[in-house]
Amino acid sequence: MTVMLFVALGSTLIGVGVPLLTSSIINGPLASGDRAALWLLGCYALLFGLAEAVLILTRRLTLASSVLGIERDLRDDLYEHLQRLDVGFHDSWQSGQLVSRMTSDISAIRRFFGFALIFLVVNAVTFLSVGILLIVIDPLLGGIVVLFGIPLSLIVFRYEKVYRRNIRAVQDQQGEVATDIEESALGIRAIKSFGRRDLFFARYDAKAVTLRTLQLRQIRTLAQIWALIIAQPQTVLALITLFGAAAVAAGRLSLGTLVAFVALYQMLVWPIESSGWLLAASQEANTAAERIFEVLDVEPAIREPELTRQPRGAGRLVFENVGFAYPGSDAPLLTGIDIALEPGETVAIVGPTGCGKTTLTALVPRLYDVTEGRILIDGVDVRELPLAELRSRVACAFEDPTLFSASVRENLVLGRPEADEAQVEEALRVAQASFAADLPWGLDTRVGEQGMSLSGGQRQRLALARAVLGRPSMLVLDDPLSALDIHTEGLVEQALRSVLADTTGLVVAHRPSTVLLADRVVVLGPAEGGGTTVVAQGTHHGLLETEAVYRDLLSQGSDLAELAEEAVR
Amino acid sequence: MTTTVDTTTDGTEDELRQSLDDWRGVAAEDKDELSSSGGIFLRARSRRLLGELLRPHKRGLLLATVLIIVVTAFEMCAPYLVSIGIDDGIPAVRHGDWTTIALVAAGIGGSALVGSLLRLKFLTLAGRIGQDMLLELRRRVFNQFQRLPIAFHEKYTSGRVISRLTNDLDALNDLINSSLDGLVSALLNVVVIGTLLAVLDPMLSIIVLVCLPALFGLMAWYTKGSRIAYRLQRETVAAVIVQFVETLNGIRAVQSFRREKRNRDIFSKLNQDNVNANAKAMMMFGWFMPGIVAVGGVATAAVLVFGGFQVMDHTLQIGVLTAYILYLRKFFDPMQDLAVFYTSYQSATAALEKLSGVLEEEPAVPEPAEPKRPAEPVRGGVRFADVRFAYPKRDKDEAARVILPDLDLDIPAGQTVALVGATGAGKSTLARLMCRFYDPTAGAVRLDDVDLRDLSDRDLRRSVIMVTQENFLFTGSVADNIRFGKPDATDEEVERAARAIGAHEFIEKLPQGYATDVKKRGGRLSAGQRQLVAFARAFLADPAVLILDEATSSLDVPSERLVQRALRTILADRTALIIAHRLSTVEIADRVLVMEAGRIVEDGAPDALIADAQEGGGDAPSRFAALHEAWRESLV
Repeated sequence: MTVMLFVALGSTLIGVGVPLLTSSIINGPLASGDRAALWLLGCYALLFGLAEAVLILTRRLTLASSVLGIERDLRDDLYEHLQRLDVGFHDSWQSGQLVSRMTSDISAIRRFFGFALIFLVVNAVTFLSVGILLIVIDPLLGGIVVLFGIPLSLIVFRYEKVYRRNIRAVQDQQGEVATDIEESALGIRAIKSFGRRDLFFARYDAKAVTLRTLQLRQIRTLAQIWALIIAQPQTVLALITLFGAAAVAAGRLSLGTLVAFVALYQMLVWPIESSGWLLAASQEANTAAERIFEVLDVEPAIREPELTRQPRGAGRLVFENVGFAYPGSDAPLLTGIDIALEPGETVAIVGPTGCGKTTLTALVPRLYDVTEGRILIDGVDVRELPLAELRSRVACAFEDPTLFSASVRENLVLGRPEADEAQVEEALRVAQASFAADLPWGLDTRVGEQGMSLSGGQRQRLALARAVLGRPSMLVLDDPLSALDIHTEGLVEQALRSVLADTTGLVVAHRPSTVLLADRVVVLGPAEGGGTTVVAQGTHHGLLETEAVYRDLLSQGSDLAELAEEAVR
Repeated sequence: MTTTVDTTTDGTEDELRQSLDDWRGVAAEDKDELSSSGGIFLRARSRRLLGELLRPHKRGLLLATVLIIVVTAFEMCAPYLVSIGIDDGIPAVRHGDWTTIALVAAGIGGSALVGSLLRLKFLTLAGRIGQDMLLELRRRVFNQFQRLPIAFHEKYTSGRVISRLTNDLDALNDLINSSLDGLVSALLNVVVIGTLLAVLDPMLSIIVLVCLPALFGLMAWYTKGSRIAYRLQRETVAAVIVQFVETLNGIRAVQSFRREKRNRDIFSKLNQDNVNANAKAMMMFGWFMPGIVAVGGVATAAVLVFGGFQVMDHTLQIGVLTAYILYLRKFFDPMQDLAVFYTSYQSATAALEKLSGVLEEEPAVPEPAEPKRPAEPVRGGVRFADVRFAYPKRDKDEAARVILPDLDLDIPAGQTVALVGATGAGKSTLARLMCRFYDPTAGAVRLDDVDLRDLSDRDLRRSVIMVTQENFLFTGSVADNIRFGKPDATDEEVERAARAIGAHEFIEKLPQGYATDVKKRGGRLSAGQRQLVAFARAFLADPAVLILDEATSSLDVPSERLVQRALRTILADRTALIIAHRLSTVEIADRVLVMEAGRIVEDGAPDALIADAQEGGGDAPSRFAALHEAWRESLV
């Protein structure tokens, strides 16, 4: 910043020097006819010109690195912060709004630091130095120049407020448009298979048209500011000519000085004219920063504990009177849930669609926090464990197997970079995912959206392998076998059983085959006061006999009846 | 290395890819982005696009040009008027004659007023033209992405689509918003003032003329270097966006597997690559701009000295020399504006190259030029006639990956067909061919004896609909998402569809019922609920042919039972193809096809296939019977 100020001051002085030099040439050698002096002054002019170039170069080069540094740091910070923000935040924010912050808004800030800020500094220095110089040369004419600056700044100031609102509206709308773009890209299969191109185009188009309207409004405001600003310097020039001529005629001012004055004043024209877009750029950067800080200022709802405790034990998992309601909803989804899993025990969670089984599993690695009661691992509340420690103890496989655009290996080890080859192989074996070795580049093959497209079953098996990698002490599996064919399912079950033998496991199950992985079954159902709670516990066969609800949830109904008939025959 | 980049960038590009490949793994798709021609073609292509966008605004552009010429003229007469004031006005005032100086002052003031009003008009007009062009481009690119087939999207990926439609369009917006008017007035300034200079004093102008080749040389150097830098910038920023979007969409997995740190490293790396590309561009500009200033400085000094001699020799008036030097400053100052504009232009051109590339991509699954209308009502008979399907070779040495070698299949209208077989047997490919996500490599798929390739997209999608296990829910309410199947459906129809499929119960229990916001990607609902909504959607669409690809995998038993029961009625009068691992879905089928390595190895009614096995009459038990047996065992 000091370098910049210094450099800016230098360039302005040089800029001022040239007209002064001109006037001294006119008043000096030209009047006296001194050729040698003219050569000397000519050399000075040349030196000034070159020095100006060198100063601009220095300014540009020092600026480039610092500006890009700002951009890079902002992006890194935003990305890191978003990674830290809880799943609840991500559920409620459209990612288009986040993408537009990361791109358009950060670019606006870069533009400000890269172009506008230098000019603001240069202009301010120019205004000050030239203004003072003008007053020194001629107080009356200088006074006119300064005086006319005041109403202009007042009007501009008023308009800028309007402009600020315009810009904010445009930036928000850009986020809306980006959201539509993202959805249309991610949902392309659904859109295509239903032939809803026209519908989505219409939706997008409406937003794009609004964006255009808002941008035109912004342009109109800016044009008005600009027109006002541009009229000013020439009006003042007219007055200077008039009064200057009078002063020269009265002999109060020499002709050379008037010429120099006008030339100097010309130096102010560009700074005045450019102040329009400079202020525009600053406002844009300002609102952009505002939008970015709206995100950066959000505190993650899931925080590292201030005081941590180390659990000692083999992995006892206890849900103690656990209740949960989604933020903004007063109706609890889960209520009064008490489940205790002994070390090494595997419990299946069974319950009707949408009763909150998945949410219950998400509470263990603290993707959400319980709103009531607590979850204990070996007697320690999960909220008292360091997050990284908690999440390395508890490994999950979700119903939606997310694969990143990275190699198979990278997808498997994710947060466990220390995993060795043997562990990777074992995980692949347990999940029956040996197909990975047969991919074109083996485990180095890129999968995910930007790589090989895998079938649903293959993705699910990789997600499962990821969960069992390194034999975590606690496994949370959400309907882990749904997309597998019967044959593979059987094999995975067998292998999983060996893993689950000495691992505490929580398994959401929709089918008898999955339930059989567990030692015990917990049935979730509606609680009396609303929400979901535990309605029954027991072994699979026990529950089948005693609980009608359970039978309804897990038996194939008519098919089972048929099966029974066949057995009788 | 993308082939869309000048050969001169090979080195840096390769290094960049290399550094990314460490963690990304290998994929052949990296090799080609879009078309495969060199730099000159690219420029021609993006210029053509720019021309197309400008064409409808011919008259507006003409008016804008006239306006800006007048505005510039008004602004430029000021120094000239000042010189008249000094040379003629002041001597006159000395004699007590104020008319000249008053006229000069009035002239300057008047031109300021008119000039600023006209500029206001110009700015709004130019702004409107710019925004209209931008809107047109937004529409075209969005539409084109929607038109391009699934195969394209699988290669291109959503992150790149987002990058094209947001960041690349932003670059153009910057050009249009901030620089276009600057360009015209700067250009005019240079031309008009250049002419003025020449008229004012031809001798001095020769000095200025001598400087021009230096300017052109500077420009050529900058053009070449910055174009490469800006192309690289567009690609690196796309990589940043892709990583960003992917992280946001997979945030659950990121957090629960503690991938934050690794992700941060990866992102920093991509971010740094982008910053490096930007730095290259800014450095180039850092030398370009002072270069212009230096040339201007040399010219000014020379004019001062030689002009001074002329004044001494009385071949030049002092007033003229003053004006000349004032104008000279005005000649070089807008050059800096031009340089700024040129930078935006380079950046926008790089974006335009990418966008024009997308626009020129021909859909591999094109809509017919003259679509055939299917006979109404569509009955829904599907026929695969000698269909062969292979994925295109990824490079020359590789053998084509044949998925379906030779498939002949006739599905009469109204039949429900179950497709079973191991992963990779070609079931999903068959389904995708049936709804024309891909076209067969050879042979034809026909609906009621009309080749799918001859049907308009509208007719095809009205008749054939696929539900998969990845059921994408869009932002909006539950009702909106069901209505997706039939945009003009009434609330009653939406509810009827939900009831028919057994989704009504859970929807009713949601906080706002059908109006409940499903949140991003349907995060508010469970996987099973999302699947039910997708079913209701398909039911509402009422197609003649319904394809279910693993569409029931996330349902629990009671929901599946409901869907099963519903399917019996829903499928009664339409053609259906069901792919399912859980054979409960298969039980409602009229016919079972067992696939193996892209061939149909068993074909018959389910009962018949099982019965054959039980009687043990023939050879080994049929594959289907074996599957069926395994499935039954898994039930209890």
